[in-house]
Amino acid sequence: MDTALLITQLLNGLQLGVLLFLLAAGLTLIFGIMDFINLAHGSFYMVGAYICGTLVALLDSFVLGVILAIPLTLAVGYVAELVVARTLYARDHLDHVLATFGLILIFDTAVHLFWGAEGMAIPLPDWLNGQIAVSETILLPTYRIAIISVGLAVAVGLYVLVTRTRIGMLIRAGASNRTMVQALGVDIKRLFSLVFAAGAAIAGLAGMMVSPITEASIGMGNDIIIVAFVVIIIGGIGSVKGAFVGALIVGMIDTMGRSYLDQFMKLFMSDQNAETAAPAVSAMLIYILMAAILAVRPQGLFPPRVR
Amino acid sequence: MKKMLLGAALGAVMMAGPAFGASHGEPVKIGFVTTLTTPAAVIGNDMKNAFDLALEHIGGEMGGRKVEVIYEDDGFKPEVGKQASDKLVKQDEVDFVTGFIWSHVLLASSKSVLDSGTFLISANAGPSQLAGKGCHENFFSVSWQNDQTPMALGEALNANGVNSVYIMAPNYAAGKDMVAGVERTFKGEVKGKDLTKWGADAQLDFSAELAKAKASGAEAIWVFYPGKAGGAFIQQYTQAGLQDSLPLYSVFTVDALSLPRLKDAGLTGVLGSRATQHWSPDLDNEANKKFVTDFLAKYGSYPSFYAQQSYDAMMLIKSAVDAVGGDLSDKDAVRAALAKADFASTRGGFKFGNNHFPVQNFYLREAVEDSEGRWTTKVVSTVYEDHQDPHAADCGM
Repeated sequence: MDTALLITQLLNGLQLGVLLFLLAAGLTLIFGIMDFINLAHGSFYMVGAYICGTLVALLDSFVLGVILAIPLTLAVGYVAELVVARTLYARDHLDHVLATFGLILIFDTAVHLFWGAEGMAIPLPDWLNGQIAVSETILLPTYRIAIISVGLAVAVGLYVLVTRTRIGMLIRAGASNRTMVQALGVDIKRLFSLVFAAGAAIAGLAGMMVSPITEASIGMGNDIIIVAFVVIIIGGIGSVKGAFVGALIVGMIDTMGRSYLDQFMKLFMSDQNAETAAPAVSAMLIYILMAAILAVRPQGLFPPRVR
Repeated sequence: MKKMLLGAALGAVMMAGPAFGASHGEPVKIGFVTTLTTPAAVIGNDMKNAFDLALEHIGGEMGGRKVEVIYEDDGFKPEVGKQASDKLVKQDEVDFVTGFIWSHVLLASSKSVLDSGTFLISANAGPSQLAGKGCHENFFSVSWQNDQTPMALGEALNANGVNSVYIMAPNYAAGKDMVAGVERTFKGEVKGKDLTKWGADAQLDFSAELAKAKASGAEAIWVFYPGKAGGAFIQQYTQAGLQDSLPLYSVFTVDALSLPRLKDAGLTGVLGSRATQHWSPDLDNEANKKFVTDFLAKYGSYPSFYAQQSYDAMMLIKSAVDAVGGDLSDKDAVRAALAKADFASTRGGFKFGNNHFPVQNFYLREAVEDSEGRWTTKVVSTVYEDHQDPHAADCGM
């Protein structure tokens, strides 16, 4: 096997993995701490991308656009929590699903009205548009390396925040036993708002990072949110570490499936069947993995400790 | 409350007005099924714009009757497209159904339309099924059969001395037809092939596939990515710096919809990439000049081939309705008039084959910058003259 290609594909898998992590981190905290199913989490991914795209066009600077779009997405998340999510925490999961599904439709239509159906291409500055030679034979787009770096930086930042700070302690305590945290006099409402808005901002960041590759488009978050749910189920709901490991596993499996499954399947079926079946099967792989993990370890790989 | 009722009644009278006003009774009804939601709405809107422009150009009339167009959204889903078609033929009782971007949507909808005896005119999708054994006397295409454009591309690759190619296309009906088309005529080696996930949640990140293409050692890459996937593909292709080592050949990917956005994103790497098509905005004929100039003036961008086909669809329908003097009761007469393709097509004239698909020229076009700095396409050479699709022989008509 071609080693250079294998390493390139591993890096591609890593890049997809960290993007999924950015999305899954907020989702797992919101689900874990508030027991709130937020289908509309993907909408923040889309809104972040569109806000960023508009700012980049206005300011003519990608980095500045991203830096300014993060607090704006945070604000959108904060308002969504205040207006919609907060009233629903006490209700059951079906109500969450219904309400946040409605929220998806509202966000999608709002984006359609505001920005049109065309989608939005986000230009990159020249220094991000080139390629970096990782070794003599491996040449990766600079921007993909940038995504990996940003994703890993956020992962480290979240790790420090969750394990080393007072807020992180409250978040972990909230994930373990919400009632007890409340009984100890912590303002749980404020904690919830904070986590929700921060989760939205990180999802928005993921959208900003992905749109120079795929363009921002309506419903872009709805496709990926399902995969993000797979990630948090594999990783264990409520665990940031689980989300990270789950995202990397899913990213790797998806990329490796797309890279090598057709060659593998050609070993035991006709070329033509392998070519048609391989993309279908590789799209299924992560769900097969999720089913297997649910069967063996229903609580996920790294569930938060709960008493 | 009384005021509101009065208002509503007035509104109803006003809406009914044009129908009463038309001296020749009922209008000619045309149903137009396309994608008006999801990101693929970019294509649907372009088709709708062109159809509206065509309606303007014909003065809203054909065969002495008013024309009423009913637009329906297929949501990029075969089942929704079928429902929309059912509604058009059963509830609205339209005389013609046209539009259809997607082969799988057209295949799901064609039975509903054709079983009701309504004329079906595809303004884009050209699945092999409807060109071969499944051809139908009331089905016409003003675009092309899916195989043709990639077949022309295969020939262009041969002519340019390309010996090996890497293939990428979406995994659905048209994607497979396109791949089959290129493989039918390309004489060199296919170094590798990827069919990627398609539909509402289509795969848009092609990092793994591009890495494989690069490692395969092919001399060129050929792709088919219509709509927003095309923009995404080209962005990633340029970001990966492949334009020098792996020249891009494409069909239905680099078009008037993707080029302005690629320009916004500053992806100059796409200029010079080549594609085959039955039409180009710079084709020199009267109908095309009028169409392109007015489209540019009205919408501020070049029309895509989707737009061109939609425009031609309206002109084809008009030619038939004119020929029968607006009397659509004699289906045989209408069919015979349609089959003549007696109108000034923006592609410069064509005739229908036995399967009611156009027999037409195919050109190699290159992405270029025009005198005003807009990105568009220019004809480089003619690959095929009067080309008929390979499935026509299987059609019993």
